[in-house]
Amino acid sequence: MPLSIILSRALSALLTLFGVMVVVFVLVRVVPGDPISMMIAPGATDADIAALRAHYGLDLPIWQQFWVWFKQVLQGNLGTSISMKQGVITIIAQRLPATLELAIFALIMAVIWGGFIALVSTAWRGTWVERAIDNFNGIMLAVPDFIWALTFVLVLGVLVPVLPISGRSDPSIDAGLATQFYILEGLARAKFAFVWDVLKHMLLPACALAFPLAAVIGRVLKNTMMDVMVQDYITLARIKGLSSIRILLQEALRNAAVPALALTGVQFTFLIGGTVITERIFSYPGIGNLAIDAVINRDLPLIQGLVLTFGIIFIIVNMAVDALTVWLNPRLRHA
Amino acid sequence: MSPVIDIRNLSARSAVGPILRDVSLSVNAGEVMALVGESGAGKSTIAKAVLGILPAGIEVTGGNIFFEGTDLLALSPARLRDMLGVRIALIPQDPLTSLNPARRIGDQLTDGLRLRAGMNRKRAFDRAMSLLNDVHIREPERVLKRYPHELSGGMRQRVLIAQAFSLNPHVIIADEPTTALDVTVQKQVLRLIRDMQREHKTTLLFVTHDLGVVAQICDRMTVLYGGKVLEQGFTAQILKNPQSPYTRALLAASPRYDQPEQSLEPVPEALIAELQREISA
Amino acid sequence: MPRDLRIWLGGGFILFLILVAMFAPLLAPFDPLEQDLMAATAAPGVEPGHWLGTDSLGRDVLSRLIYGTRIALTVAFVAAALACLLGTTLGLLAGYYRGWVDAMVSRLVDIWMAFPPVLLSILLVAVLGAGLTSVIIAIVVIDWTRFARVVRAETQQQARLEYAEAASALGMGHGAILWREVLPNVLPVVLVLLSLEMGIAVIVEAILSFVGLSVSTDTPTWGGMIAEGRQIIYQAWWVLVFPLGALFLTVLAFNQLGDGLRQWLDPMLKR
Ligand SMILES: Nc1ncnc2c1ncn2[C@@H]1O[C@H](COP(=O)(O)OP(=O)(O)OP(=O)(O)O)[C@@H](O)[C@H]1O
Ligand SMILES: [Mg+2]
Repeated sequence: MPLSIILSRALSALLTLFGVMVVVFVLVRVVPGDPISMMIAPGATDADIAALRAHYGLDLPIWQQFWVWFKQVLQGNLGTSISMKQGVITIIAQRLPATLELAIFALIMAVIWGGFIALVSTAWRGTWVERAIDNFNGIMLAVPDFIWALTFVLVLGVLVPVLPISGRSDPSIDAGLATQFYILEGLARAKFAFVWDVLKHMLLPACALAFPLAAVIGRVLKNTMMDVMVQDYITLARIKGLSSIRILLQEALRNAAVPALALTGVQFTFLIGGTVITERIFSYPGIGNLAIDAVINRDLPLIQGLVLTFGIIFIIVNMAVDALTVWLNPRLRHA
Repeated sequence: MSPVIDIRNLSARSAVGPILRDVSLSVNAGEVMALVGESGAGKSTIAKAVLGILPAGIEVTGGNIFFEGTDLLALSPARLRDMLGVRIALIPQDPLTSLNPARRIGDQLTDGLRLRAGMNRKRAFDRAMSLLNDVHIREPERVLKRYPHELSGGMRQRVLIAQAFSLNPHVIIADEPTTALDVTVQKQVLRLIRDMQREHKTTLLFVTHDLGVVAQICDRMTVLYGGKVLEQGFTAQILKNPQSPYTRALLAASPRYDQPEQSLEPVPEALIAELQREISA
Repeated sequence: MPRDLRIWLGGGFILFLILVAMFAPLLAPFDPLEQDLMAATAAPGVEPGHWLGTDSLGRDVLSRLIYGTRIALTVAFVAAALACLLGTTLGLLAGYYRGWVDAMVSRLVDIWMAFPPVLLSILLVAVLGAGLTSVIIAIVVIDWTRFARVVRAETQQQARLEYAEAASALGMGHGAILWREVLPNVLPVVLVLLSLEMGIAVIVEAILSFVGLSVSTDTPTWGGMIAEGRQIIYQAWWVLVFPLGALFLTVLAFNQLGDGLRQWLDPMLKR
């Protein structure tokens, strides 16, 4: 890809990020109700309150507050959480790994499941199998993660209790990990029982997140595969005597994957957005759940930090998808 | 000499109507048989029937296709697949769409060598290099690492020719292998196919509507019109002394291979109408 | 599923919901707010008349479910219509005028996409104060982009076509071209999106109720029932099951209707 395009994309991403910051800032400033009132001990004097205000910079005009905040953010300082009395960066760094592991696990499940759907319905195209999958796919697509999450809680957590429905790991297991990347670190240290427990906790929320995405991937991939299957090179591959499975995987899937990939990227950002409510439902200790708490507690610095985190993740995912698309498409790579 | 391909009374139809009517033709070992006729005559349909890749809209309603004594139409898909590539191969019409854009030339060219002939990767690539040499591609080592879009149309067709010959098949079907190419490379590719055919003693079923090409490389020819065989025989004889009025008109409509400057007569309307009536009768 | 079946099933279920909402007082066996602590968390059919059981305060689940359709449908229709109006207008302007209008709208859409919509809606409702109006405003503010994105692309395509040029050659003003030439051609797409958006709005309302930010906890809403059901899930699964099922069917109905409309309008779109 030419340098100019890369530059203009990066610039556009930065502009978007700046826009996100402005919107968050403005939004949060119009919250009625004084965040300071939550923090004052009974019997605090007006002077105490004013001091607190000054401490959080709430006494300045709004554009100055933005400027102060903006400069701080650029320096990597997101302030202190009002409700948790800790650095916002520290809190987010604590919680972000949980969300990342969940989202990536869900993504992997969605890709495998969606790819499987597409392959099966392409292989059996024109039969009842294809129609059945299409209908099932339609339901998976129409019903959002919120409903799937609650359904799983109810069915697999309570009625037929086979999987845990709350938290990230069994509190009685102390794995003594140094980081919050339970799976990564657990694997690295060969604590497989612990990893297994974490995976079990992740399975239902990840399924809820993965279902709609799997449906999208399945549908798009199937459509592009169907287009590819009538191409001359597929016919020639058949004449070369290659097996159907090899044709499907080696010839068709590769060509169909690139268009499906771009869409998967966009949808993955939706999946990350979905972690907010899904984590809530499963009491999962990630940044989505934290964000709802932050809003309910009117914790301005924390809200700002979290929304900014989501914005940055969004932009990184988009750039990664762009890069991957170019890398996977030999035509673009050499252009 | 028993024929390698023996098509007997092959009929096919689509929802609209008959496409092949009682077609019989046989190709002997080592010869080049031309399948000639205007667009829509059913040439590709015959080729596809032999290869077992008829589109969903076309159905065989009768007849047999014997390949070295086995009826291809009676084979299970799996058995047919065992034959394809190894004993019957295709040089396709359009080199631009017949190579997978996402795979390197080397990988595609060695599919057959590795999966069908059981060579390991190293040996298959060595063999692929010598094949590319045979089809006069320079720097084969580098070409093997290329993607299709990095090669010209003529180069790609050479790759596809190399691929068709790679497992030394008994029969190669070439469906208008030069029509998608630049006029300047058409001749080279044609000569290449003929040279390779002679060297490997391959039987070749050559689909074309260019009588000039037929005259140059084909031993025998079959003239097709509206899915019906009008005439069949040695090329030299038919060109010199065509029996069917249609063949005669076709000859008058094509530039003579020996006198390309001569003015051309279109096939007369009356003759077309006559043929139509005859066929639908 | 065939397209007509989709439209009939989806449309039929929504019509059914509308009737239920209208005649809720006649249909509901109990007052949805009436508490009966003696009959709290009774399983379906255990207490006489409480066919779908009662919640932790002894309120009748069926009656609350029936009254819950009112909030759900109000939000579905009002919020989706307003989001559609705002998004379509901006999309039309951006697609037709290009230039800085387009740049502005597109940038806004980009920024909006970077927010997790659920988080943004929770934030907005927190800012505006809980309540039905806030919920509707939040949905409109967030989901206009769905319409704007599609309508903008569609308009760009339409404006390039001959009839728009012909109209402009006839001396029609921009407003007239947009209103009379472009809009009718964009309308089918908008209609499909509108149907899908109604389903989304119902979900968003339920999510906000679930988080405790929608209408006051007294008013029966599906989301509110779900939130309570989640808390007492081990004691009374029925408090969660029925509103969840209602939500599921409603979303599916709006979706099937939208998909059916899409297939039905497709030949027209391809024209
Ligand atoms: N998929 C299909 N379904 C139904 N009919 C078809 C299909 N493909 C081709 N036909 C019909 O079959 C007849 C023969 O087509 P065929 O491709 O064999 O002609 P051809 O001799 O190869 O012509 P050309 O020189 O243009 O390649 C034509 O009348 C065509 O309309
Ligand atoms: Mg043909």
